[in-house]
Parts: sequence; C-alpha cells; structure tokens
Amino acid sequence: MTATAAPPEAPAPAEPPVHRPSLRKRLVPYWLLLPGILWLLVFFVLPMAYQASTSVQTGSLEEGFEVTWHFRTYWDALAEYYPQFLRSLLYAGTATLLCLLLGYPLAYLIAFKAGRWRNLLLVLVIAPFFTSFLIRTLAWKTILADGGPVVAVLNSVGFLDVTSWLGLTQGERVLATPLAVVCGLTYNFLPFMILPLYTSLERIDARLHEAAGDLYATPATTFRKVTFPLSMPGVVSGTLLTFIPASGDYVNAELLGSTDTRMIGNVIQSQYLRILDYPTAAALSFILMAAVLVMVTIYIRRAGTEDLV
Amino acid sequence: MRWLRRNLVTVLGLLTLAYLLLPNVVVTVFSFNNPSGRFNYAWQEFSLDAWKDPCGVADLCGSLALSLQIALWATLGATLLGAAIAFALVRYRFRARGAVNSLIFMPMAMPEIVMAASLLALFLNMGVELGFWTILIAHVMFCLSFVVAAVKARVLSMDPRLEEAARDLYASPVQTFLRVTLPIAAPGIAAGALLSFALSFDDFIITNFNSGNTVTFPMFVWGSAQRGTPVQINVIGTAMFVIAVLVVLAAQIVGNRRKKAQPK
Repeated sequence: MTATAAPPEAPAPAEPPVHRPSLRKRLVPYWLLLPGILWLLVFFVLPMAYQASTSVQTGSLEEGFEVTWHFRTYWDALAEYYPQFLRSLLYAGTATLLCLLLGYPLAYLIAFKAGRWRNLLLVLVIAPFFTSFLIRTLAWKTILADGGPVVAVLNSVGFLDVTSWLGLTQGERVLATPLAVVCGLTYNFLPFMILPLYTSLERIDARLHEAAGDLYATPATTFRKVTFPLSMPGVVSGTLLTFIPASGDYVNAELLGSTDTRMIGNVIQSQYLRILDYPTAAALSFILMAAVLVMVTIYIRRAGTEDLV
Repeated sequence: MRWLRRNLVTVLGLLTLAYLLLPNVVVTVFSFNNPSGRFNYAWQEFSLDAWKDPCGVADLCGSLALSLQIALWATLGATLLGAAIAFALVRYRFRARGAVNSLIFMPMAMPEIVMAASLLALFLNMGVELGFWTILIAHVMFCLSFVVAAVKARVLSMDPRLEEAARDLYASPVQTFLRVTLPIAAPGIAAGALLSFALSFDDFIITNFNSGNTVTFPMFVWGSAQRGTPVQINVIGTAMFVIAVLVVLAAQIVGNRRKKAQPK
C-alpha cells in the first residue's frame, strides 16, 4: 500500500503527496543484503580485527598469547624481512610488466585480427584454467629442467649469459633461480592481463584507426596516439589483477625457486603454519596489505581512472 | 622480412599463446609417462598404466571428491548470497550503498594470503577446529564478491521498463521477479556460479591456511610436490581439461544452433 492520500482525520499538513512505500517494502533491500553482508563482516572484516590484535600480542604457544600492545613486532618484522618484501615487490612488478608486454600483442590479435578465429582464441586463453594451476606450475619444473631443451636453447643464444649478468640466473641453470620464479608468476597471471586488455581493445571503434590512417598517421603513431590511450582502462585493471595476487604469492617461489628467492608470502606462510610465530606473521601480513593498498591507490590516482572500479 | 614486419603482432600473439598452452601440453604428455623415481619430471617411456588406474594412489580420488563437494556447496552459498546483494544494489535505493560497494570490492583487491592469514587468526583466537567447515566458510567468503560483480553487470544492462511493463499488466512483485527479472538475470547468475565453482575448486592459498589436516585436491598436489608426484595427477589434470573444453565447445555449438533457429 502506498500512502498517496493522507487519512481524512489527520489535520492536513501542507505537504505534497509523496510516494512513500510501506515500511515492509522499504526493508526489502536490507533483507536482501543482510545474509551476504553479515557473512563478509564476520569472515572478512572481523578477521582483520583479530589479525590486528594478534599482531600486537606477545607470548608463546605453551603459555598462550596476550595483547600487550607490543608494536615493536612490526619494526622487528620489517627489519628482519625487508629483503623478502623488496623481492616480492620486485618480482611481482617484473612479472606484471612482462605480462603486459606479452599479453598486449595477443589481446590485440584477438580483438582486431582474429576474425572468425576470435572465439577459439578466447577459449584457448581461458582453457589452461581448467587444469589445476599447481599441476601446471609443476610442469614448469619439467620445461625448465637442467640440461633440458629449453635451457640448452637459452644457453646457446647467450640469453643465460645476459640473465646471469643481471643476477637472474646462475651458470647453466634456470630452475631454482629468480628467472624461474618470475617466469612462473608471469605464466600464472597472464590470462588476468589478457582478458581485461581484450575487453577494452574490443570496444574501440575500428573507424578510429581508419581516421588516423586517413590523417597520415603511421601504424606506430596510430598505436601510440589512438589505440594505446583508449586501452588504458584495460591496462590499469590488468596490471592490478596481476600485481596484487603476484605480490602475495608463495606457490611459484616455493615450487620453482630456492631459499634465495623466498618472497614475503613464503615468510608469512611458514611463520603461520610451521614456525607458529603468530604475532610476527600477523604483522607481516598487515604490512603487506598496507603496502599493496597504498601502491594501488597511488597507481589508480596516477592513471586517472578512478571510475574504473 | 617484410612479411614478418606486417604480421609482427600475429607472430608475437601466437608466441604468447604457445607460452600459455605449453604447460598443458607437458601435463598431457607426461600423463603417459612411466617415471623411474618418485617424481614425474623427466621422460622415461610411454605407458598407459596411470590412465588405466587413475585412483591408484592413496587419497588422490578422495581429495578430488572432497574438492568437488566443497566447490558445489561454496558455489551454492556464494551464488545465493551474492545474487541477493547484486539485486539489492541495482534495483533499490538505500543508505550505506557506498559502504556496501567497497565491502564487496575489498576482497577482490587484496592479496589472497592476507585474507587467508586473517581468517586463520580469527579461527585460532576463537578456538574453531580447522577442517571442512572452515574451508567452506572461507570459499563462500571469497567467491561472494565475484558473484556480485557478475550478476550486477547483467542486471545493470537489462531494461528496467520490462519490469514496469510486467507490473502494469498486474503481475505481483513475486511474479515479476520469477517471470521477468530472474530469467533475464540468469546468464549473469550462471556466470557467477561457474566462476565460483572454478575459484573454489582450484583454490590453494586460503585452503592451505584454513584446512587443518583436511586434504583437498590442490592440497594433495601441493603435498605431492614434496613427497613425489604420481602420474595420476597428470591424468586428472588432462581429463579435467578435456572435459571442460568439450563442454565449452558443446555450449558454443548449441548456442550457434539456437541463434540460427530464431533469427532476430
């Protein structure tokens, strides 16, 4: 029932008849929201609070932990594990850049040149997801095996000389080096770069390319001045979808790397699950979250696409 | 040389595709291997043993069944909760919209390990025993946002006048929802559900933190990377790949036929 007309006995206040739904109707959205939001509050927000509290606790497994507002844990954790932090950001950043460089041509190919092959190519980009990513990451152990064909080729063209000069590999090995970890990270998150790139490229009006050509722009200029700027939303969301998960990943570093390639994810995982030093683990996880949030915020501001999300 | 310059993008794109698909090829080829040691990383000889006996490794098929079970329940939970939120966000005005939107967005914008670790902090502090239920709770939590995003996109693109028309024709709100809104939103709901299933089934990091001694399929693979990788892992990886690709192709063919059957 809607109260468009005031009941007769009420002394009519000089109000225009407002379309005001009944209370029951107005509560509908809240009932729809309630279960899901409650779930997120209890299992996403509340855990953050518990993690914050854990990070300022002291104690031991035997005697139990207690909140002592011991903020020094943060400082100690940073002082001890800053190499792993820097390494994580470096690896994740490199992998993101590689994903962009490798993914852009493929997204461009699917969006503009594939014709009737477009759907097939899209299926092929998504298809690897159907096999568990752990199994696929283990396959890189075979591909990059010592003395295998891939390593032999990389070695013979002098690629390994360059990478070992850069400190990415050691001698004639690829496995258990930073190169293997970055290669794994790039591989695992590449589809998350390609799909948003493809979505934003596909929206570009092909006539813009013709127009640029008519105005005597070379293909390179057309790309630089028309295509790339118009694909920025895809570049921004693709880099975020790659960088954020890569920065907290520990699977690639564990399976393809060595103790010299441990990332911050490896430290948090072993502190939580093996060493059981909960306060340090919680503090590290908080620092990682803060670092990622700050970097992402600055990046989105810089890229000027705040309406993206 | 000229040809290369003209087709540079195509060549580079196909090289990237090869990089993406190479591990799947290796997984498939090595499912026919007969490795000499405990690890299936080096090629020895062709063998069909693993294909004849895919459950021949202790706990492997049990972990697979558990993962399927968790993925189904997590999909059901996340889809129900997520679709409700999406409808509320698109079809109703209410206070705290902004807050709800950012609450939905946050889990997608955070490294998975942060959610995994903080959820474990909650369970440890509460003294909850880790296992099936904690995994399920975690999976519903992180799948929810993806369902909201998928359903929201679909409902946003639908014409609100259709619902108005239904109401003008004296359909009750429930009838309008069941006969008009739900069928139109169905592809979005299906996409969200499929995504949830895939995310939950293949989830490793959050499960690693919150599973205790319960072994899902990804946990089994992770453990085997330390103890020795049975060929059966590759068999299952290959089989899942083939089945999924066949389903996608079948869906495409059916979709194309339908389009041809009712030209518009």
